Amino acid sequence: MSLIGNKLIESKLNPDNANARHYVAAGDYFLGEIKQGQTFRIVDLEGNQAADVLFYNAKDPSERYSAMDTIRTQGNLYLTAGTKLISNTNRELLEIVADTCGRHDTLGGACATESNTVRYSLEKRCMHACRDSWMLAVAEHPEFGISKRDITHNINFFMNVPVTSSGGLTFEDGISAPGKYVELTAKMDIVMLISNCPQLNNPCNGYNPTPIEVLVWN
Amino acid sequence: MSKIFYTTTILGNGHWSLEVRRGTLMKITDLEGGANVGMLFYNPRNLLERYNAPDTLKCQHTFKLQRGNCLYSDMGRIFASIIEDYSANGEGNWHDTVCGNSNAQQIEKQFGKRDYQKDRNSWLQNGSDAFLVELAKYGLGRADMAANINWFSKVIADDSGNIKLDTKNQAAGNSVTLRFDMDTLLLLHACPHPLNQEKAYPFKPVQIELGEADPVGEDDYCKNFRPENQRGFQNNALYYLAAN
Repeated sequence: MSLIGNKLIESKLNPDNANARHYVAAGDYFLGEIKQGQTFRIVDLEGNQAADVLFYNAKDPSERYSAMDTIRTQGNLYLTAGTKLISNTNRELLEIVADTCGRHDTLGGACATESNTVRYSLEKRCMHACRDSWMLAVAEHPEFGISKRDITHNINFFMNVPVTSSGGLTFEDGISAPGKYVELTAKMDIVMLISNCPQLNNPCNGYNPTPIEVLVWN
Repeated sequence: MSKIFYTTTILGNGHWSLEVRRGTLMKITDLEGGANVGMLFYNPRNLLERYNAPDTLKCQHTFKLQRGNCLYSDMGRIFASIIEDYSANGEGNWHDTVCGNSNAQQIEKQFGKRDYQKDRNSWLQNGSDAFLVELAKYGLGRADMAANINWFSKVIADDSGNIKLDTKNQAAGNSVTLRFDMDTLLLLHACPHPLNQEKAYPFKPVQIELGEADPVGEDDYCKNFRPENQRGFQNNALYYLAAN
């Protein structure tokens, strides 16, 4: 597996000075606001975990992270330090400012009970999946004004989904490790919705979902 | 292709939407070479069920769409199957579903400011606005716009993930034929692909033919293209067993 051109950038921020720390258990969700100018870090605590993340303009959730506009604007399929995350109205929502993993996916989408029936077996429909976590999050928190119509194509932090020159798509394991992290700075007030992936059918989290942590600095 | 009952042409900056029944066949033909057709799918009975590009790609282990591929909703069902895919060079087409749409700022930057008073119906329309217009007709908006398909647009990536539009295989007469496997609200535009590098706005018309598809047999190419597709068709069958 090659990671040509990807650069690892470590953060200078000290976890001891973080203004908030959120522990997100394996298979759980996080839904919360990040203010403009704040920097936050998502840490893969035990390694091999996938964090399925959506971002919204906190004032209007119909403006949100757009995988297609991000890919088109940067002319590249993969996300790493320096990538600007673009909204569906072509505004910059966030920028990745540090990354010790090197590459993150935005093509593979999130697991769902419905897509699990197609990918694995019709009888896998009752296994917990990322889109179920998002559904529960938006149902439990109507105050954010987010509903199923706002649930769209996400980022899979710590996940590697290489595209081949012949147009193949493969899911590969092995670029994340315990303690690896990605750090982003918000360019406007945003809402972040994370499903800490519970997938048990493929190597995106090593068949063993583990916790992540979110640290926020003002 | 003998059972065609309607033929029309969509101009290179045009857009359209139509509700089609399952069993409908749609053949799209690039009339001059260099066309791009953006397309989105919704379940007319539940507009929250829509085409899902990541689900479509990952369950078929592909980055491109071509003959044999099925187009999945977020509910694990198949809106349509690519039953034929003709290209003049014999290699088959390669269709993109990750680059989204051109937008107003990008079109103006590349081709100049649009002027309806001067250009009338030859104005420089962009794919994003074209979809927003069609979405609004069904009570939908920008929050409902998912990643679309870009028919006839080959987007390739290098090892580092850098992408570009490869126009070598674009030719007059290239065509793709869909069979709708669910009742579907489809939206389409023929605006330029967002990675198009032309200096002048490419007004590239496409022909749309609508007809009746042959029934899906056990030996169906798309159904047997991957084991995942067999399960997708089972999900469709369950939907119509339970809901009709």
